[in-house]
Amino acid sequence: MVAVLAASAVATVPFVPVAAAQQQGKVLRVALTTGIDHLNPFTATLSAATQVGRFNYEFLTLPSAEDTQPTGGVAESWKTSDDKLTWTFTIRQGMKWSDGKPVTAQDPAYTFQRMLDDENARTANGSYVTNFASVSAPDDKTLVIKTKAPQSSMTSLDVPIVPKHIWEPIKDLNAPSTDEMAVVGVGSGPYLLTEYKKNEFVKFKANKDYWRGAPKVDELQLLQFKDAEAAVNALKQGEVDVINRLTPTQFDALKGEKNITTNKAPGRRYNEIILNFGVKNVADQPIGDGNPLLKDIRVRKAIAQAIDTQAIVDRVMSGYGQPGTGVVPAIYKAYTWSPGDAEKTKFDIGAANATLDQAGFAKGPDGIRVGPGGAKLEFRLAGHANRPFDQRTAQFVSGWLKDAGIGVKQELVSDDELNDRTTAGNYDLAISGYGTSPDPDYALSLNTCAARPNAEGNGGSSATFFCDPQFEDLYKKQLTEFDPAKRAEIVKQAQAVLANQYVDVVLDYDNVLEAYRSDKFASFAKQPQPDGAILEQTGYWGVYGATPADAAAASSEDGGSNTGLWIGIGAVVLVVLVGGGVLLGRRGKSADDRE
Amino acid sequence: MTEALSSLDQTSALVDPDERRGGTGTTRFVLSKIGGALASLALVVVLGFFLFRTLPGDPVRFMVRDRPTDAKMIAELRERMGVDKPLLQQFWDYVVALLQGDMGGSYLQQRPVADMIGERLWPTILLVGSATVLAIALGLWLGIRAGWRRGSRFDKVQTGLALTLWSVPQFWLGLILLVSTNGLFPSRGMHSPDVEPGFFSEGLDVLHHLVLPCVTLLVVFYAQYMLVMRSSLIGEMNSDYLTTARAKGLRDDLVRKRHAVPNALLPTVTLVFMQFGMVVSGAVSVEAVFSWPGLGQLLYEALRGPDLPVLQGVFVVLAGAVVLMNLLAELLYRVLDPRVRTA
Repeated sequence: MVAVLAASAVATVPFVPVAAAQQQGKVLRVALTTGIDHLNPFTATLSAATQVGRFNYEFLTLPSAEDTQPTGGVAESWKTSDDKLTWTFTIRQGMKWSDGKPVTAQDPAYTFQRMLDDENARTANGSYVTNFASVSAPDDKTLVIKTKAPQSSMTSLDVPIVPKHIWEPIKDLNAPSTDEMAVVGVGSGPYLLTEYKKNEFVKFKANKDYWRGAPKVDELQLLQFKDAEAAVNALKQGEVDVINRLTPTQFDALKGEKNITTNKAPGRRYNEIILNFGVKNVADQPIGDGNPLLKDIRVRKAIAQAIDTQAIVDRVMSGYGQPGTGVVPAIYKAYTWSPGDAEKTKFDIGAANATLDQAGFAKGPDGIRVGPGGAKLEFRLAGHANRPFDQRTAQFVSGWLKDAGIGVKQELVSDDELNDRTTAGNYDLAISGYGTSPDPDYALSLNTCAARPNAEGNGGSSATFFCDPQFEDLYKKQLTEFDPAKRAEIVKQAQAVLANQYVDVVLDYDNVLEAYRSDKFASFAKQPQPDGAILEQTGYWGVYGATPADAAAASSEDGGSNTGLWIGIGAVVLVVLVGGGVLLGRRGKSADDRE
Repeated sequence: MTEALSSLDQTSALVDPDERRGGTGTTRFVLSKIGGALASLALVVVLGFFLFRTLPGDPVRFMVRDRPTDAKMIAELRERMGVDKPLLQQFWDYVVALLQGDMGGSYLQQRPVADMIGERLWPTILLVGSATVLAIALGLWLGIRAGWRRGSRFDKVQTGLALTLWSVPQFWLGLILLVSTNGLFPSRGMHSPDVEPGFFSEGLDVLHHLVLPCVTLLVVFYAQYMLVMRSSLIGEMNSDYLTTARAKGLRDDLVRKRHAVPNALLPTVTLVFMQFGMVVSGAVSVEAVFSWPGLGQLLYEALRGPDLPVLQGVFVVLAGAVVLMNLLAELLYRVLDPRVRTA
């Protein structure tokens, strides 16, 4: 014990100057609570690793900080042909890779072509290019992409553009060398990778030649934390400057802290309950063991009427969310469906009871309704066993449905089992949810006929198993509609069609909960502005727009005296322990002698 | 502890006749122990493979979770990962690859499992190793003192303290230390990103990071050494040879140091080796609290997946370490304790 403390007292000394240097806000330290698998942007799939690629490489185009609408990146401007199948991007002139070579149209052309040619290159972002027919760069200023069918995501391809001259000689994209600085150290984004210690941290330096202008922060560090509580503690103690993915409890605890500012923002995720309305696979064959009573739309409507989404937000999410309506979260204002009073399914247990009365389900002696055929109105409710949200939601929903005369059997299971059950259609009601992207195409595509699994039960990515001609029609229309206002209108109509079939009940949109050291950083660029998230963005705006607090205002004195104080305390403890040890030893000896 | 001893006695009894007949007893003893260890290892490999195959969930679906995929891509992945083959064929492929040092590839990270384990092994050995060495030193020292003066206030206080600390959850203790040291020590990892390059400064940096997790483990670890040493010494204290030694007029502390302690140390040796076997697995929660980039953390991440090839690989390495250390303990015990050889 003594030896350890002695070592620690010595070890503390060299760290004082470092701590002082950090006080000036020139280093931005971000706490990461998720892992990094690769730096190689072709194979990096974990969210923190994707973020690394966003900082290090510029994109062709990306969602803007202001309102997530497409804005220029490597491409300065773009246009599409009348049939929406040919896209011509004009490449920005004067951009440079960090090794000094110019960024030309050859680089994005190479990046996409490699993804088309090489299976490994499709690991992370392959879905963006499956619809590509060809990619070419007729000259250094022009990139032409032809697609097989119209693709609305062409102005928000979330694919880091890599330098051709570095990556072309690399034959095997799974080689460990593709994670090393010689390869990933050449970038064009706002922050350039400088050091990577696996499972520990990633370091970046500001790109002085960045085309939008150099960031105000000199160095960016992403520090990995395995334990969220330890990360919160590190923020309090000034070891990190920004943290996200806080729980409501952690967020509330940080609210009153000195020098810490909390940020609550609309998030990209929605939570829902899906209803098994008699689901079918892509060949229209019925699958699964769902309760047939749910095929009756009146039963589904009654369930929707009996669920209080406001209460879910207030009591399950501790207020950190917004009640849900459609499948496009409120963060994407332009595309969110806000039903009018007539369209909206309001929470009303009385109405739910009335709906079921009309449908001919009479209440039995135990309060559970019985159908005309004698079948009891009783459903299984599946959810994630390890998610507090599911645990509490299941309880509330069970209570409300019971009030409407519907019995609920809660079945909270492991993630994998839930996944297996919902993919196979083996559920009545299930708690589910999705993270969405700025383009509404993804959220809608999860509910198309084609997203259903094939006859073997594989390949599906459907959220609801929905397959409705009216919805299909609207889905296709929005894909080919390039007038933003008109497209938004169609996207909203599609969500209304989905909601009116009661195949799912969107419960809420999660809030993003973040906090930062306001003594070191005055502000960050949020997405969307002015109330968006700092870290959980599609883009690099948050850290790129980080503005250090005024150096004079930073309480560097506090830090200094604090460290001194602790060294002092360490020394005292050391003396007491060593002294005590010696004394103890002496007493031991004399006792032995006496014996 | 007594069980371990009696099993050792039995084995020695079994090989003793050979030893009397010829000089091959020791060789045969060593060979039989090594054979036993290899059999255990083989069992571990079989168990590891089939045990993890009983977990629910489709690895391919796990890999593509949250990513849009089509049936063709899923079929492609199945083939690439070899999970489309019959189970026995998969097992055969696994064993053949394992014999060549290939533990397969992680589902989640798509990297070789052997590499992932390799880069995590040393941090864990450093952390748990240093905590164990310190715990042995502290535990034996306190145990000898407490046992020699059995019933004294020192003994009561130390025994009570050790029992309390032994039952404290490591996770909780780690967080308490983290919060109460108020930023004096880094709260994550084993390297800080701001350190000057250089052997000395980087070494100090690692040491600085090592303090909190090491102290947490030390506090929980030392108790068992202290308690075993104490009871073992108490067991020796009424022995005739101590009376003889005292009768020869030896000073009491010499009786303790030269006669009682060496004999009482024997049970501790087994414990030490068993502990070294557990070295890699003993730090899961502490590594998680302090984000120490070790094997425990890898296990924790893999369990959350679940990332089967990684779980399987870690399982084989951990079980292998226990088997190896047990083997060493048994062999060493024969060297250390003449009674095991000639009884």
